[in-house]
Amino acid sequence: MMEQKMGLEIHCQVTGTKSKLFCKCRCDYRGKAPNANTCPTCLGLPGTLPLLNQKAVEFAGMTSIALGCKVPDEIAFYRKNYFYPDLPKNFQLTQYNAYDITSIGVEGGLEYGDGKSVRIRRVQLEEDPGRLVYDGGNMETSVYALIDYNRAGVPLVEIVTEPDFVDPKEIRLFLDKITSIVEHLGLCGTKLEGSVRCDANVSVGGGKRVEIKNVGSFADVEKAVRYEITRQKTMTSRDLEVRSETRHWDDARKVTKESRTKEEEQDYRYFPEPDIPTVVLGSEFVSSAQRSMPELPDARKVRFVKHGLSAHVAQVLINNKELADFFESAIKFYSSPKEIANWIVTDLMSFVDERQKEQERSMFAGLKVGPEHIADLAKLVDQDTINRATAKQILGLIVRPGEMPSQVAHKTHAGKIDDVSELAQTIDSVFETEHAAVQDATLNPNAINFLLGKVMQATKGRADPKAALEMIQKKLKEV
Amino acid sequence: MPLYTLGAGQVAAGVKSREFSAEEYIQQLLERIEKVEPKVNAFVTINKGAIEHARTIDKKIRDGEQAGPLAGVAVSIKDNICTKGIRTTCASRMLESFVPPYDATVVTRLQDAGAIVIGKANLDEFAMGSTTEFSRYGTTRNPWDISRVPGGSSGGSAASVAAQECAASLGSDAGGSVRCPASFCSVVGMKPTYGLISRYGLVSYANSLEQVGPIGRTVSDVVSVLNAIAGADENDHTTVGGKPVYTLQERKGLRVGLVREFIEDTDPAVAKMILRAMDTLEGQGCKCKETSLESVAYALASYYTIATAEASSNLARYDNVRYGFDMSPEGYEWNSYFAKARSSFGEEAKRRIITGSYVLSSGYYGKYYLKAQQARSLLKDELKALFKSCDVLIGPTMPILPFKIGEKIDDPLKMYLVDIDTVIANLAGMPAISVPAGFVDGLPVGLQLMADEFQEQTILDAAYLFEQAANVRGSPEL
Repeated sequence: MMEQKMGLEIHCQVTGTKSKLFCKCRCDYRGKAPNANTCPTCLGLPGTLPLLNQKAVEFAGMTSIALGCKVPDEIAFYRKNYFYPDLPKNFQLTQYNAYDITSIGVEGGLEYGDGKSVRIRRVQLEEDPGRLVYDGGNMETSVYALIDYNRAGVPLVEIVTEPDFVDPKEIRLFLDKITSIVEHLGLCGTKLEGSVRCDANVSVGGGKRVEIKNVGSFADVEKAVRYEITRQKTMTSRDLEVRSETRHWDDARKVTKESRTKEEEQDYRYFPEPDIPTVVLGSEFVSSAQRSMPELPDARKVRFVKHGLSAHVAQVLINNKELADFFESAIKFYSSPKEIANWIVTDLMSFVDERQKEQERSMFAGLKVGPEHIADLAKLVDQDTINRATAKQILGLIVRPGEMPSQVAHKTHAGKIDDVSELAQTIDSVFETEHAAVQDATLNPNAINFLLGKVMQATKGRADPKAALEMIQKKLKEV
Repeated sequence: MPLYTLGAGQVAAGVKSREFSAEEYIQQLLERIEKVEPKVNAFVTINKGAIEHARTIDKKIRDGEQAGPLAGVAVSIKDNICTKGIRTTCASRMLESFVPPYDATVVTRLQDAGAIVIGKANLDEFAMGSTTEFSRYGTTRNPWDISRVPGGSSGGSAASVAAQECAASLGSDAGGSVRCPASFCSVVGMKPTYGLISRYGLVSYANSLEQVGPIGRTVSDVVSVLNAIAGADENDHTTVGGKPVYTLQERKGLRVGLVREFIEDTDPAVAKMILRAMDTLEGQGCKCKETSLESVAYALASYYTIATAEASSNLARYDNVRYGFDMSPEGYEWNSYFAKARSSFGEEAKRRIITGSYVLSSGYYGKYYLKAQQARSLLKDELKALFKSCDVLIGPTMPILPFKIGEKIDDPLKMYLVDIDTVIANLAGMPAISVPAGFVDGLPVGLQLMADEFQEQTILDAAYLFEQAANVRGSPEL
């Protein structure tokens, strides 16, 4: 049995803080002209000094707590020395775990899926490098590269797991949970392009560990890992040696491939950053962070269940903060949690465009339906104004243009027929055309259902069956 | 008396009372510089805007505005301290054309006090050296004997003050770089407590050790400059405290300790001068005794381990991508381009980058870097204990007299050994000052005084007391 083990290294940009980790430049670099979002400090100009963003430290602390990590009384920053053109200082300011020193979070654990759990090795705070822009799209096909330092210095929270995953499916579930947690903390706007990145490591049958880098989206991590497991198993079955290496995910071909540049065992020559004094978090840090922490997905789920939702429906909602928020806003318009939750989870979800969702990183990409619409729809059904089948049709009609269900129901006369005379007219015409059936019904009460069916058919289901039945019975007596 | 001979206090007083204008003063200095620079070579760059700056100060005074305590005073700035619009080379090819877009905090503060940047002073490349021989812009010569080194790495700063090319200067001191040249050039130079002066804009060599320090011809001028630049800065998280104000005061009964280890391996002529200095202090009512600092034995090894480690990382950014010198990237991939560009560092810088990379490499970090840090705390603890019974510790600033240019340049270890007495204050983060103690065969000797953290006033009191009593005066003939 070739058992596989997998671990993850996740980077989340701390977009919840306004400024970069060590200077006053903004974190929101997207859409800016290249190198416009820089200052002497994040460009690493001679003589500049890092000024630590305390807000980012608080976010990293909250993440550590949310992932069940121990938070030390003091933290320090370390220099990770290596040369790369996207690194303005040719070292990265990060944290370190050795010689009795730890990063902001260590030795945590997280439950996810149904009763699964993973150990969290560490959570650390560090700076993002700049970005290389290749003229030919990638390194192989380019004559030159341009460097954009707009991103350099944006705070990153790095989450490293132990190699506790055995099934690639677990990775997807875990990443869903992590996404939900960082969204709930306000740490990271995961929908922003490049705001969350994930590296994975895979070893099969106790063999060498292979790292996979450059996986652009969480959705592809599972694919990358599956590919790598197959590759390693195939190699082993052919008696080929699996080397310990770093492979890159080729997004176009959906394969992992050898790195073009030989990545030797790098010696990062870590040492403490002398320009940032040790940050004393103190004993109060954890308790005060806990007090100011927003509600986490697990607590939110409990609250949803108290609203009468099933555990499953509540889970689906909290897995995606966007859905959960949608639900909470909808029940403010109209308080029928169970009905609304079901509309969101079973019906609305079927309209999600998977491709657009990945592209725009929003469940509702391309949809114009809002919480007020779903609330309105639930209300129409609850109040018996329309039946469920009609409601589903209406949802289909409004989901893209974003009209109010009640208006659509009114416009298309989709509402139940309240008007007695309108219903009476329909019954009259059914009685005229279904002469034989009327005769039957006068003798056999069971045959009445046939007539009711015809009335419903003629009104396209808009007739209130109870009222129609009463009127048919009354009319039969008159015959 | 020519205006260029005036000290900082006299210049400010003269300019403010309109006895002479700042413009006249700067004009005379520029002539002086033109005359002596061929011999001394203290400057890398002369500030072309100095005259214009002087005129704005004169106008302020005419308009009755506040011109600041250093109104019109010409100050040279070591060329590893950023000056907006004036190139800052660190005496390196790597920053040959680097014009900072911002001023260092110390420069801003000096200018706010009315001082005028007269030029950028020569140094050993990236402040690595004890002689100012490792400069891309030529060796600075000792104004007292131009065949000899001025000390370093702030050799240009000290020489410019000694040669009366400016009233005062800012140097930087990571292991003695202000005090060593102050001693060799017979001027006053101070290394303040770590955290007293902002390092924002000081190009890092050894971040955890270095401080910007004032150099002047008198203790009084050093106090004036120190008052202008000292105090916490929001741009440097390693600064502490508020905004101190130091004064010149007569203080009696200071407890002085002469550190035996500082004398032991010292040139006998220098040692004799220091013992005489102790007598002078005793004559002024100080209570002097001999004392011992055993952990001196670890100081040099600890210093060179920590300093080179930090330097190796600090100097990594010089890859010629964002600033630097003219070198086309055509035909290189980035790794080979970095290697080629970085081969332009000078010999001493390369030596320290390699040493520092070695002591930080995996497997050696615990053996060297952490050991060095342990030695550092040991030394600090021992000093703290000594300062319970002494207000100041004294010894020679340099264990030898200024030596000939080229004498030690091929022997790095011998060169490193001359820093033995100065590195201690940097390792402990404590303040130290070098004041002229006298001359041996026409060559200057400096007395070093050290005190506990943030006891700058105590050091200045002792230095002032000694200066008044010893009366080591005079300027070199140039």
